[in-house]
Order: sequence, then structure tokens, then C-alpha cells
Amino acid sequence: MAMLEVKDLHVHYGVIEALKGIDLEVNEGEIVSLIGANGAGKTTMLQSISGIKKKTSGDIVFMGESIFKKNPKAIVMQGLTQVPEGRRIFTGLSVYENLLMGAFLRKDKKGIQEDLEKVYKQFPILKERVDQDASTLSGGEQQMLAMGRALMAKPKLLLLDEPSMGLAPILVKEIFSIIQEINQQGTTVLLVEQNAKMALSIAHRAYVMETGKVVLSGTGEELAASPDIQKAYLGG
Amino acid sequence: MSQFLQQMINGLSLGSIYALIALGYTMVYGIIKLINFAHGDIYMLGAYVAFITTTYFGFSFFPAMIASMVVCGILGVIIERIAYKPLRHATRIAALITAIGVSYVLEYTTQYVMGSEVKTYPTLLSSATFTLGPVTVSMQQIYIFAITIFLMIALQLIIKKTKMGRAMRAVSVDEDAAKLMGINVDTTISFTFLLGSSLAGVAGILVGIYYNSIDPLMGMVPGLKAFIAAVFGGIGSVPGAMIGGLFIGIAETMVVAYGSSLYRDAIVYLILILILIIKPDGLLGKNQREKV
Repeated sequence: MAMLEVKDLHVHYGVIEALKGIDLEVNEGEIVSLIGANGAGKTTMLQSISGIKKKTSGDIVFMGESIFKKNPKAIVMQGLTQVPEGRRIFTGLSVYENLLMGAFLRKDKKGIQEDLEKVYKQFPILKERVDQDASTLSGGEQQMLAMGRALMAKPKLLLLDEPSMGLAPILVKEIFSIIQEINQQGTTVLLVEQNAKMALSIAHRAYVMETGKVVLSGTGEELAASPDIQKAYLGG
Repeated sequence: MSQFLQQMINGLSLGSIYALIALGYTMVYGIIKLINFAHGDIYMLGAYVAFITTTYFGFSFFPAMIASMVVCGILGVIIERIAYKPLRHATRIAALITAIGVSYVLEYTTQYVMGSEVKTYPTLLSSATFTLGPVTVSMQQIYIFAITIFLMIALQLIIKKTKMGRAMRAVSVDEDAAKLMGINVDTTISFTFLLGSSLAGVAGILVGIYYNSIDPLMGMVPGLKAFIAAVFGGIGSVPGAMIGGLFIGIAETMVVAYGSSLYRDAIVYLILILILIIKPDGLLGKNQREKV
């Protein structure tokens, strides 16, 4: 059974239908990429799963339980965490405090401490900057902080929204190899990206969205090799 | 010189009270970007709660202060839930007008229940004075100053060191991102109102002691001045509100001492005009820059 199952999901902004009946599955241990152009509904999709956006109809099942009507807090508690688009780190709070915010719902002090060490190991730069105001970090460091913060919730499924946005190519590579590491350490990943090439290269499976619908799906390699995809998203 | 020192002490006492009120303005603004114009009336109610508990129930100073804090804190939370929460995603002007409406409700309900006449506060603290060299300090001033300092330190510790304080700061930066961390935004906002309103409650009892008299409209002018103090310090900034409150209190006292008491209100508005011209985001206001 799939870890996350989205069934016939419809979402509206006012009268505009942003998601027109999406079906999607993420299995445990996978990296699933969701690619598509601006305005395809990728971010709406993640916000709907996380409980930030109100949904019209359909169902979302996570680990066998419907989270369609649950609030963001209950969804985080169940082990589903999101790294939002544009990092959305808490400026004015230190790097350390940002990381603690990720563990907001956890009560196991020892576990939190252990996970802090893990995050520092994964992102050594965060340890160097631990007492700095998060707003002083560079874009790439902020992305790492946003990811570290999400990992502090100990998620079973991590949603990543445009982690490569606004980053230099070298940093994009680094971020994607970290995503693979996180996945290998046992966290399932659902990744939303405009950088289709990178997103397909690390994905086990992928979905292509266009104006609120899934138009194609398959393994990462299949899609990367598909002529349609090459033409539309990979620049020939 | 001795008169100057004396006026500094008087100014610090008055400023402490403004600072306590200003903190509520600044915290609420920081988290929901609302200028809560009913906040001055919460302070007035704090004075009335202490008046009632001491006059009719024989409370002494500290229990009366706690009662004011509790009643004002709960009232602040209820007001937010009933009046402001439904407007959280409405235009800011709608929420502002509502706040002014709430202010009138509180003022005239109090007038209806307690009467519009000025009430005389019972003597709660000894009126002993101490002479330290050239200046005279009253017991009341010591209490006012000590309590304010204590509460400010406590507030800073709550905001900086506790989980709830971090949640407050996180929500004030980015509500949706805070939700994604599993923070209950409604609870966090309620907590902010609880803190701010209970501080206003303390300011209410302190001013009752200091001036000996209270009335249902007493919250209007000090409320406005505390708001100016918050703007002066940089609205949204907690240390700013503290500094702003003390500064406004001292400025007002000095003008009364060296100029004319006719100008005691004018000086505060003059400060507001100057700060808006020279540094509109206030002394410690953050000029917001974003990194991509």
C-alpha cells in the first residue's frame, strides 16, 4: 500500500479550479518528483497535502489514514513535513532557534538533541552559524536551514517545494545530492521542481502536471527519455 | 541639578507605566499587524478590577495586582476571539475600526456599571518617602519601577527562552511557515493577547496608586501615549516599547517641570510627528530586507 495516496483531488481559488482531479501515489522509500511549468498547480498540491490550503473534494490518505480534513498540526504530528517554496525561514530567530521550531511538536528532549547533531553533520555550515540570525545566511544556506528545520520534525514523508529556486548551479547539485542522502537514510521524499532535469535525475518515479492535471507519469528515466518531456521541459 | 534628578525619577515612574502599556501594543502589532486601540481600555479595566477587589473585597496590593492581570489577560483573549479573529484575513482598516469599536464598548460599559464619576483609590502602599541626597523617592515610585523592571525581564525571558515565546516570534515572521511546523497559530495569538493585556492590567493598578483616582475614560490619553511610545521605539519591537515608554514618560515630566503643564500632551504628539518625519520605523524598528 502506498504511503501517500491522493485521490481525485480538486482544489479551488475562488471560482478558479487550480487542481482538477489529481491522482498521485508515493510509496515508502521513494523519491517522487512532481514537475511542470509555473502555474501548473504544483505548490497548491503540496499546500493541500500539508493542510494549509482548503480542498474542495477528493481524498488524501497518509499511512492508511485520511488527512483530508486534518489541520497542519495534526498532519505534522503524523510524520508529514514540508519545506515550503522560498525557504520561509524565520528571520530574527537564530539558526539554532529555527531548527528547534522544526521540532516544535516533539517532547523527547534526547531525541531532539540527537537529531540536532544529525542535522549539523548533514549541514556543517549550520553548525558554524548556529547563533547567527537566520536572515544573515546566504540563499543556499537558507535552503539548508529550511531542510534541516523540516528534518527536526523527524518526518516519514518530506515534501520539498522548489529547493533549487534561485540557487547557483553548483549549489543546486549539492542540494539534490543531500536530498538523495536524506532519502537513503530512510525518509520518503515528494519533490516539486521546475528544474525538471535535476528532479528527474534523482527520482524513482515522477509526475508531470499541466494546468491542474497530471498529464504524464512514469519512472524518472522513462520521463527523462520521453521526447515530449525533452521538448517541453528539458530544452530539447 | 537636584530638580532635574527629581524630575528624572518622576519621569521614570510615569514612563514605566507607559512602557507596560506600550508592550501590549507592540506585541499585538508584531504578531497580527493590528493596532489594538482597545488596549488603553484594558489598562483602564485593570485599574477598576484592582479598585473593586481592594475596596469591596479587602485585597492587599499584590493579590489585587494578580487579579487585575488575570482578569485583563482573559478579557484580552476573549476580545481577540470574538472581535479580531473573524477579521484576521480582512483588510487592516476593518480590524482597526473594530478595535476602536471595542474601545467604546469597554469604556461605556464600564461607565454604565461603575458610574462615570471619578473614583478615589484606596491607599494600598505606604506613602513613605525616602530622601536620597538631593532627591525624594516615594515608596510608590519604588514599587512602580521595581515591578516594571521585573515584568520586563520576565517578558524578555518568556519571549527569548521559552517554546511559546519562540512560537510567538515565528508566527510574527511567517504565519504559514509556522503552521507547517505544527504551531497552532490561534493559540499563539491568544497567548500574545494574554501577555499584553495582563501587563496593561498591572499598569492600571500602578496608575491608580500613583494618581489616586480613576475614571472610565482614563485609558484614552495614556493609551494613545503608550501607542506613540511603541511607534517611537519601533512598533513590533519589545525592547523598543520599553525604551519608548520610558522616554515619553521622561519627556512629558520634563516639559511639565521646565515648561508648562499645558504642553504635557503636546510634547508627546510633537515627538510622534518628529519620529514619523525622521525615522518612521522607530528607534529599534527593523527595516525589512529580504534575501533571495
